[in-house]
Amino acid sequence: MANTDFIRQLPSSGQIPQTIWQRLHVDPILLLLLLMLAGYGLFVLYSASDDHLIAMEKQGSFFLLGFGIMIVVAQVNQSYWRLIAPVFYGLGVLLLVAVALFGEISMGAQRWLQIPGLPRFQPSEMLKIGLPLVLATYFHNRSLPPRFKHVFWSLVMILLPVALIIEQPDLGTGMLVLSSGLIVLFMAGLGWGYIAGAVSLAAAMGPVMWFYVMHDYQRTRVLVLLDPHADKLGAGWNIIQSQTAIGSGGWAGKGWQQGTQSQLDFLPEGHTDFIIAVLSEELGYRGVLVLMAIYLLIVARGLWISWHAQETFGRLLGSTISITFFVYVFVNMGMVSGLLPVVGVPLPLVSQGGTAVVILMIGFGMLMAISTEKKRSSY
Amino acid sequence: MSQDPSHYAPNIVFRDTSSERKLFASRLRFVLVLLGALSVVLLVRYYFLQIVQHEHFTTQSDANRIHAMAIPPARGVIQDREGVVLAQSKPSFTLEIIKERVQDLDYTLGELQLLLQLDDAEVARFRERLKRRQRPYEGVPLRSNLDDEQIARIAVNRYRLPGVEVSAELVRDYPFKDLFAHSIGYVGRINEKELKQIEADGRLDDYYGVFSMGKIGIEKSYEKELLGVPGAQNVETDVRGRILRTLDRKDPVRGKTLTLYLDVKMQQAAVDALAGRRGAVVAIELDTGGVVTAVSTPSFDPNLFVTGISGKDYSALRDSPDLPLLNRMIAGEYPPGSTIKPHIALAGLEYNFVTPDYQIYDPGFFQLPGQTRQFRDWKKGGHGGGINAHLAIAQSCDIYFYQLANRMGIDRMHEFLSPFGLGAPTGVDLTGERKGVLPSREWKRARFKQAWYPGDTINAGIGQGYHLTTPMQLAVATATLAKRGIRIRPHLVKAIDGVDVLPVFEPPILLRNPRNWDVVINGMHEVAQGERGTARKVFLDAPYTVAGKTGTAQVVGIAQNEKYDAAKLAERQRDHGLFIAFAPVDNPKIAVAVIVENGNSGSGAAAPVARKVLDAWLVGQSSNAAAPEPADTGAGE
Repeated sequence: MANTDFIRQLPSSGQIPQTIWQRLHVDPILLLLLLMLAGYGLFVLYSASDDHLIAMEKQGSFFLLGFGIMIVVAQVNQSYWRLIAPVFYGLGVLLLVAVALFGEISMGAQRWLQIPGLPRFQPSEMLKIGLPLVLATYFHNRSLPPRFKHVFWSLVMILLPVALIIEQPDLGTGMLVLSSGLIVLFMAGLGWGYIAGAVSLAAAMGPVMWFYVMHDYQRTRVLVLLDPHADKLGAGWNIIQSQTAIGSGGWAGKGWQQGTQSQLDFLPEGHTDFIIAVLSEELGYRGVLVLMAIYLLIVARGLWISWHAQETFGRLLGSTISITFFVYVFVNMGMVSGLLPVVGVPLPLVSQGGTAVVILMIGFGMLMAISTEKKRSSY
Repeated sequence: MSQDPSHYAPNIVFRDTSSERKLFASRLRFVLVLLGALSVVLLVRYYFLQIVQHEHFTTQSDANRIHAMAIPPARGVIQDREGVVLAQSKPSFTLEIIKERVQDLDYTLGELQLLLQLDDAEVARFRERLKRRQRPYEGVPLRSNLDDEQIARIAVNRYRLPGVEVSAELVRDYPFKDLFAHSIGYVGRINEKELKQIEADGRLDDYYGVFSMGKIGIEKSYEKELLGVPGAQNVETDVRGRILRTLDRKDPVRGKTLTLYLDVKMQQAAVDALAGRRGAVVAIELDTGGVVTAVSTPSFDPNLFVTGISGKDYSALRDSPDLPLLNRMIAGEYPPGSTIKPHIALAGLEYNFVTPDYQIYDPGFFQLPGQTRQFRDWKKGGHGGGINAHLAIAQSCDIYFYQLANRMGIDRMHEFLSPFGLGAPTGVDLTGERKGVLPSREWKRARFKQAWYPGDTINAGIGQGYHLTTPMQLAVATATLAKRGIRIRPHLVKAIDGVDVLPVFEPPILLRNPRNWDVVINGMHEVAQGERGTARKVFLDAPYTVAGKTGTAQVVGIAQNEKYDAAKLAERQRDHGLFIAFAPVDNPKIAVAVIVENGNSGSGAAAPVARKVLDAWLVGQSSNAAAPEPADTGAGE
């Protein structure tokens, strides 16, 4: 079977009629949606950044790189991914351990992150792809729904890197990696009994987390969410200013590059994590609806591809990538609008930042691989 | 149904693909519902912020960016009669730090400390202020009053000190420093009490963006004229408070220019003549009542008070035994001594207690009937016989005035002297004036709960005892004498924005026999320029005619039979020297009153000062130098 998989991959192997998109292993609908999103993102980023052209140039080249990587990834057969998955995951965890040790020896994680040339922590970003990959591989070889033993080992696989990431400390990324793992478990058919148990356990753990695990600044973020004006010059400042930006945008917005909150620098982090506030202020609720529409279409397309995947691996990985993408959107837009505590989550493909683009595009490359595989295997 | 296949063929799984598909489908449905629900939550949230609360956040956003800014008016200029600037508003530069834009605060402060020679206390105070600021990106002042060199140093190093800014503010400047401190006064930061008063008066708008106000002197009494009208503008600022554009603007109106009667050269001449001694000089232009010289020494530098005087500087001024903060010309109360004698003589003539020809014999002492206490003359052995009013003034014969006072009584004396402005504030346009004491039975009863004794009247007759006058009162009394009863309220301000301030006339003194003026004035002329005058040495060679009167005021009581010996007394216990004068005699232009604390005698200490002032006015000053009057006098020397 492995052989036939491999042969199928060769372009000249069969007489099956293929469209140009299938030959290229590209899903044209998804590509179009991603291009729209990237274009929209650049449009907003131009206004949100201080040095418009430099930021555009930088982010544009990241997009070029990202789309290139996506196309390359799309060419790789899924069986290869399954082969690489344990290595990729293992390497990620090892690096996390190294970071933990290195971070302790030097002056703490924060210092480490500021070393130039090393953009915001690589290993945890690797795990955003690595963890779903290894779990999808794990369940691919097992019958579903997973049995207790498999649930147990998959939880170990999830919690090991998550614990290391939270320890850094990077609660936001940790929670995102955790959720990506749990999404795989859920899509694999984790029994409702487990889910109910996990939810009650989480509820019980809440107070413990609050008092013993969370850092002061994390607690502050939660408290500020409840009442931003309690600390309006400190932690509350961002959220007050971002809500003001969003709210003052109204239906039609103040106009591109006309947002006073963002252009006059009242809004911090306007070009990165808080870029949705710039979009809301300048393009209004209309602009938000357009953005949401593109996001939801991308997620829908991803889920549609996953649904049509022939194998468990493709279904699990594809759906997890799509749902995780939505989670990013929800967490970012939720935190900027004051629904969720402020954690460092960028708005996918809109916020400035290269690493996020590359990681997301690897995921979409995989989705494309899954989508084109389906076509071929239908014969 | 199948066994776990993984232990024998890891990559081959026997599984029920259709049930797995169904399972995935059900999970996918659940996910779709969940994602749909979460999307709705997001969209509702943004709808709530952007549509429902739009107006609220628009207001909020405008409050962020639009700031109403005061444009403080430039305070009015104060100039002397020749147009020389005595007080003006000058830009002063303040170093501010915007913390958000500083990369390393400790480094920046360290560098600035080196550049500007700041001491640690200043930096510590800055850190305190930094904690109290109201919003991010607010500049916090580190050092005010930067000089040109400091500004240049900051400019050169600015590239490596981000967040360091220099801001300009209009600050009051007194170029003549201590020369006019007691007349012009100074402005200072509005304190809490003053702010409450402004609020109570409903004048907060008048002080929009204004942080200083007049505290004493002209600066205080003409606060309304000097203040101006603040302007305002609405500006759009970024989060750092930098002004990006002006949305609308109302220009401020600058304060009015005050032209004073004071004259720099006169003032300087008086200060020079005092030569570092403590004292006061007041000179009044007789036609207008304008105060042309207003000196109180020692003085202080009013510039110290403008931006807040340091505790060290203030306690040095406050605790100095020379009392530099005391405005001697209006708040220094001294016994007038013999300078009051012309007025008392006038009272005697007017009330017919004496005639011009009435003479006494002066044995050197006076005794009340039935009492042993001797009231002695300043001249041992007395002035002898033939002392009439003219000579009594010229030689300052105490015995003549003891007798006159005794016959006149305190009530008539009080009645006559009151209209000269003694015992009440003169109403000069300065702050902090004291009223002195013109003794009377009522006053003594109110003050000491004691009856008036005949001996009190005797002392009052020579300007001692309970008499207290300020140099300003003496000058007014002299001016009124010179003008033969026409009394003008003294004032320093000549014109406001070029419009002359009209003199205010007090009720005139009308004598039944106006020739009595001549008797007294002739006596005073004799004092200065006659053969027997007490101040003849000082004025004999003056190119104008002068009428004057010396005075000596006791600082300590001298017991009976004890001889006054200046050398024995500590400097602080010596008598005050006083002198009043006006000139020229027949067509008087200027009156002057001088007091030199512990100057020992009026003729020795105060008269030469008066001479310098009169010289400066009548001789030295081109524009006002009245051609020396022909020396025709009826003084009968």
